[in-house]
Amino acid sequence: MSVTENFKPTIVAFCCNWCSYAGADLSGTNRLQYPANVKIIRIPCSCRLNPMFVLRAFQKGADGVILCGCHPGDCHYTTGNYYARRRMTLLFSLLDFMGIERGRTRVEWVSAAEGAKFAATMNEFTETIMKLGPNRRLEDLRCRKD
Amino acid sequence: MQKRLKEKALELLSNCTVTRVLGWKTGEFFYDLTPAVFETAEEVEKEFVYSGFSGANLSKYLIQESRKQGKVAVFLKPCDSYSFQQLLKEHRILRENVYVVGISCNGLLDMEKIRAQGCEGVTAVTEDGDTLTVDTLYGTTKLSRNDCLLERCAVCKSKKIVAFDELIGEQGEELESNRFDRVAELEAMTPEERFAFWREELSRCIRCNACRNVCPACSCEKCVFDNEKSGVRNKAIADSFEENLFHIIRAFHVAGRCTDCGECSRVCPQNIPLHLLNRKFIKDINEFYGVYQAGADMDTKSPLTDFTLDDCEPSIVHERGGVQG
Amino acid sequence: MQRIGVFVCWCGSNIAATVDVEKVSQVLAQEPGVVFSTNYQYMCSQAGQEMIQESIHKYQLTGVVICSCSPRMHEATFRKTCEKAGLNAHMVEIANIREQCSWIHKDMATGTEKAVILGRAAIAKVHLNAPLTAGQSPVKKRALVIGGGIAGIQTALDIADAGFDVDIVEKQPTIGGKMTQIDKTFPTLDCAACILTPKMVDAAQHEKIHIYSYAEVEKVKGFVGNFQVTIKKKARYVDETKCTGCGLCTEKCPQKKVPNAFNLGLDNRRAIYIPFAQAVPKIATIDADYCTMLKSGKCGVCSKVCTAGAIDYKQTDTYIEEEYGAIVVATGFNPIKLDKYDEFAYSQSPDVVTSLEFERLMNAAGPTGGTLLRPSDGAHPHTIVFVQCVGSRCDDEKGKPYCSKICCMYTAKHAMLCREKYPDTDVYVFYIDVRTPGKNFDEFYRRAVEEYGVHYIKGMVGKVVPQDGKLKVQASDLLGGSQLHIEADMVVLAAAIEPDETARPLATMLTASMDTNDFFTEAHPKLRPVESPTAGIFLSGACQGPKDIPETVAQASAAAAKVIGLLCKDSLTCNPCTAQPDELMCNGCSSCEKVCPYGAITYADKEFRGPNRTTLLRRVAQVNPAVCQGCGACTVACPSGAMDLKGFSNQQIMAEVDAICR
Repeated sequence: MSVTENFKPTIVAFCCNWCSYAGADLSGTNRLQYPANVKIIRIPCSCRLNPMFVLRAFQKGADGVILCGCHPGDCHYTTGNYYARRRMTLLFSLLDFMGIERGRTRVEWVSAAEGAKFAATMNEFTETIMKLGPNRRLEDLRCRKD
Repeated sequence: MQKRLKEKALELLSNCTVTRVLGWKTGEFFYDLTPAVFETAEEVEKEFVYSGFSGANLSKYLIQESRKQGKVAVFLKPCDSYSFQQLLKEHRILRENVYVVGISCNGLLDMEKIRAQGCEGVTAVTEDGDTLTVDTLYGTTKLSRNDCLLERCAVCKSKKIVAFDELIGEQGEELESNRFDRVAELEAMTPEERFAFWREELSRCIRCNACRNVCPACSCEKCVFDNEKSGVRNKAIADSFEENLFHIIRAFHVAGRCTDCGECSRVCPQNIPLHLLNRKFIKDINEFYGVYQAGADMDTKSPLTDFTLDDCEPSIVHERGGVQG
Repeated sequence: MQRIGVFVCWCGSNIAATVDVEKVSQVLAQEPGVVFSTNYQYMCSQAGQEMIQESIHKYQLTGVVICSCSPRMHEATFRKTCEKAGLNAHMVEIANIREQCSWIHKDMATGTEKAVILGRAAIAKVHLNAPLTAGQSPVKKRALVIGGGIAGIQTALDIADAGFDVDIVEKQPTIGGKMTQIDKTFPTLDCAACILTPKMVDAAQHEKIHIYSYAEVEKVKGFVGNFQVTIKKKARYVDETKCTGCGLCTEKCPQKKVPNAFNLGLDNRRAIYIPFAQAVPKIATIDADYCTMLKSGKCGVCSKVCTAGAIDYKQTDTYIEEEYGAIVVATGFNPIKLDKYDEFAYSQSPDVVTSLEFERLMNAAGPTGGTLLRPSDGAHPHTIVFVQCVGSRCDDEKGKPYCSKICCMYTAKHAMLCREKYPDTDVYVFYIDVRTPGKNFDEFYRRAVEEYGVHYIKGMVGKVVPQDGKLKVQASDLLGGSQLHIEADMVVLAAAIEPDETARPLATMLTASMDTNDFFTEAHPKLRPVESPTAGIFLSGACQGPKDIPETVAQASAAAAKVIGLLCKDSLTCNPCTAQPDELMCNGCSSCEKVCPYGAITYADKEFRGPNRTTLLRRVAQVNPAVCQGCGACTVACPSGAMDLKGFSNQQIMAEVDAICR
């Protein structure tokens, strides 16, 4: 199918302002490449990520959603990523339960110093999404891109 | 049982312990009991009904009722008492304005199950121990009561009444329940099968909002689905994705607060097993963060407003067994 | 509808080389609400900023989107620019098209397409932005310095000299840190104690400095300007107010077999001890692990000899709570443990020592009184082999990947001192590279080689075998291309240094970030090297990375300058992006309160209009904007969505999602 062959996934990366967003900056500074499919949305902390945002992204046609936050123990706000960890674990598990491909959701802890990890994570995640193909199971047909 | 409840209601009204009683009365059909507030002895005498069809969980109505003038009495079955206590914990009910009569429960009846056993045109159901006598337009049938229980009662988690001012009947205990079996069955399927299952189930959703309206945990001052700023406001059905999202969001919103009272599935006119979504959360919470029963006590922190330093990572979902989707 | 101006920066060629900036500004000009769109070579330059300001006036802009480098770089710059032109600072959004676009993509088409999408997301967000004003929070004018080594002492002295109160928390019974153990310092060879001890005394006598020795930080709460810290003062079983430091108890204590930590176990001390003669505070401490009185209740000699009556066997840990405006981390370093380096026979022969142990052996106040004697038999060594990079620049699990920085210089120092004091000694130094950047450093090293005749051999020591009272050293000479066998009397290992083991738990308490090696991360590696990314936390000395003494002192003073800058302020402008509940939607359920790390949320019963002209009393959440740090945990915990975060609202984030997924 040509759609799949020319598949250009949309990947939304929610990044904590204090670590992963800076980590993404660092991978830019070090000129470490990762696919342009990944678009970053800056949030103050991983705990700001409402599961509704993840669902919204899928509804609007995102093929993968990844949350990057500070390593457990390193949260700028002390505890934010611990809450995020529980919320995302439960959300991902429910999505899996409803038959949504597990690979489409991911959480990765990336510090401000881990530019290389950020790039590697995004490369890996994009590859996973490429293999999974377009998100059909949570997409809102009314929002489909032509 | 109905007699004892009625007597209690009359007593509480007559000795001015309360000004109102929250109970059940007959709706359109005899098996269609609906929550009702009784303010006088006459109303109680005339309309108060308690039967195997008094499934409705009355706790939610106390959010409004407890804020009105005067005290209100309420009859709570064991599972309703969990919802009640959970709402207390969330400061939604003013405890001092409520008089709780806990009532022991031996399971409630599901008209669908009675019909499924070949009873059409049912005119009356009478209980005698483990036997149900079902009168229909075409004659009388005897059924085993156990075969006619609501799903939630068939897998009852607890007979314990966790909050009450007085009890009618015996205090029960928490039970070993196999309520997660169906969830486990689904978990064992492939993602494709699961998706097909939910697609089939949720595509029947007509967005009547009955599940939301009946849910004691879904008692926000303003529901996100009615709030244009929430980004998920939507009242009419448009496409099946909508049901997916509606039910995922709803399940997540009540995660950690859902007591598994089963009202959502009971009231669903399309018979969608919505409780499975909530139970999946409860099962996950139990497995990931230790057993937690919402409403069981006033002190334990809800698992979603709590954490431990070494909680499992979200990747546990990916690493878990089963077929990779 | 907002009137939005879009400004696309070329960043010279940094952006323009991979993003068609002209096209980006043209495409974004078509977005709804965009009334002006342009591009410019350096948007952050004076001319660029003036252009933005002029456009704000000319097109009556209500919102500004700048497509440029990371907001972490210039968001503040552009916000200020717009503020000067009368626009609220929070009506500015940055689309990061450099770090997240031009620098990671090589293809112009890809880069341009992505830049447009990032621009759209920023425009979508600005549409929903609202002007925000920041509140103020007071600054507690007192600083805490954690660690009382040379870094902590210098920082404390500088802050105190500026007129602010400073507390030093030191886990050892005395301040001074590692520098107290060092004999001489490179490259001047002046005696470490001679330059350090006056500073220790200065700190102790400074009226603005309070030293909590034998104490640890137990708990930290709060935020910049308002930290609440619990300090645990460990029981030393000696009343600090009574002890005169006469030292009589340390002479009379019958428990003589306690390894002397100050001399790295090269000799023994008593169970009650003062670490060294110039200790500050000069107060005895009982080592509870060895004291027979504390262990079995039988002895009490020290109590009997103490004329001041200072011994208190019943003393317990005490906790002090104090408030601080700023916290400086100066936890320092330790040499790594060498138990994984058995090839050098460190655990087999007492004559194989670490460089720090060697310092003690050379030190006049050390176990040998400053005469270099072999630990095994007390004989003068005639051949000494120094091995560099033991555990540094190490690829495997045993060591550290980084260069410990100070070893080349102190090894040159050791070699030089040996040759100077004992010209009959043969000194070999095995190295991978000799790294001597620093003022007078290379000259120093060359003197070691040229004037003092130290044998510098490029190559690693493969094995050290103790045999017949000698140490057989097998090594390779990479330049000479030969295997060497040296019969040495002593081998000195330049062990890598690592952050103190208390650093990691401390970082967690402070929510300060660390790198993979447990060194504290600085807010910016070049431009903010003495600040942690966590506001109000500052870094001093080797806790941030390996450093020699001059660098440590420089950084310590730099950190002090930053602290002084903070404490000079009477109040701090709060983060305006705080949580805000919509009272009409609030359930009063306390979910938000439970996840708030700052205790910023309280509840109040408020009257609301009910049906039929009634009033309803409802419990609703209230956020203290001076305390809220804007993490957003509450916004997700809130079931009704009543809690939202200003600047990162639900609608704003969803608008960004929509723009990206469009």
